[in-house]
Amino acid sequence: MNEDLLELLLTGFGETVYMVILATMAALILGMPLGVVLVVTDKGHVMESPKLNNMLGTAVNIVRSFPSIILIVILLPLARFIVGTTLGATAAIVPLAIGSAPFIARIIENCLKEVSFGKIEAAMAIGANPLTIITKVLIPEALPALIRGVTLAIITITGFTAVAGAIGAGGLGSLAIRFGYMRFRDDIMLATVITLVLLVQGVQWGGDWIAKYINRKRYKFD
Amino acid sequence: MIIVENLSKTYVTPTSTINALNKVNLQIQKGDIFGIIGFSGAGKSTLIRCLNRLEEPDGGSISIKGQVITDMDKNQLRQARRKIGMIFQHFNLFDAKTVFENVAFPLEVAGYPSQVIHSKVQKILELVGLSDKAQAYPLQLSGGQKQRVGIARALSNDPDVLLSDEATSALDPQTTYSILELLKDINEKLGVTIVLITHELDVLKHICNKMAVIEQGEITETGPVEQFFLNPKSDTAKRFISILQEFQSQRIYREGEGI
Repeated sequence: MNEDLLELLLTGFGETVYMVILATMAALILGMPLGVVLVVTDKGHVMESPKLNNMLGTAVNIVRSFPSIILIVILLPLARFIVGTTLGATAAIVPLAIGSAPFIARIIENCLKEVSFGKIEAAMAIGANPLTIITKVLIPEALPALIRGVTLAIITITGFTAVAGAIGAGGLGSLAIRFGYMRFRDDIMLATVITLVLLVQGVQWGGDWIAKYINRKRYKFD
Repeated sequence: MIIVENLSKTYVTPTSTINALNKVNLQIQKGDIFGIIGFSGAGKSTLIRCLNRLEEPDGGSISIKGQVITDMDKNQLRQARRKIGMIFQHFNLFDAKTVFENVAFPLEVAGYPSQVIHSKVQKILELVGLSDKAQAYPLQLSGGQKQRVGIARALSNDPDVLLSDEATSALDPQTTYSILELLKDINEKLGVTIVLITHELDVLKHICNKMAVIEQGEITETGPVEQFFLNPKSDTAKRFISILQEFQSQRIYREGEGI
């Protein structure tokens, strides 16, 4: 019994990590530019465009208002179109990425808005173009905050995979529901939860460490 | 060198409209250290920020070295800004970059090759006395050192004009003097025209040769600095001088009492 538990757990863990990594990467690719655009098109910023800003803001809000399980169900046809199936970890990545992208965009937006506008003005006064300001000033200045934000996003996406697990995505969430809940296997339930706790702790610890490392470098006194 | 004509700027707030600048006229000669003094809210910050269009003026024109700043499109403005250095009250250094990278940034923006950047940055860091801090980060520096980095960054691309937006207001008196000495030194060595705004009389007295008084968005007095202290004409000027005299006499009186 212990052996089958270990095997189930390892497969589930592998699937969860696989979904989290790929979904996070895809969500970052979609959400990061969106977050940057939300900031720089704001009033008075380097690429001021209130209409675009309003439109994107509304779109982000709409996607974010869906309950996650509904969003996953709605996006399943898209998953079938891209991956060819609606079952399994790979299929889940599509709705996970699309569902998390607006969330990541908002996180990135908040981090970038924390950069004092004086720095942006200094770069404008130097004669830098918007792209240079974004890549050489805005993002590097916000980097520690961005890393903490992405850490938060990874953990949220981990939770999101458990929801997807409930409707056929696999992973630790699916394990907990199919075995722990439906078959009354308390041992599996407990083991899954412990594994998830460790996973989340690990991610948080890693993110904190990187952010601290950057800050230490910037604050260090000789 | 710098000619400002009928410059106007109005802010619209929900409750009122504020005439931050009202038909301002100003002429600044090449090589001047030109001080603009005024009380809080007089419009001095708006005026200096209009000079490189960090603030868009509503009307009037600004020309610097024969180029009409107010007629430029975004691209031309970016080119022009590369020759207009600016330093700020709160320094606005890039915390993610080392001192060297901060000073190198305008040169990178202007597209210089890295060898040229290297030698230029080292020369300018030597001028501001921070050669040993090249690899430090701004957060590791004191206020005075940060402003020196700010000055070095503003000067690295050999600007014709240096705009100073209350550059010494956040510094203690001793540091203020060392920064003022540095600005004076730069003005003499590099021939950069300096426009500075301040609410500190000491700053004017110490380094400026010409000055203007701004009051409710209008220039009320302009001329050599001596004239301001010897024969103040405008209301603001008189108030500044009388505040100074009042505090000085109070101090003498109290010191006489042995407090």
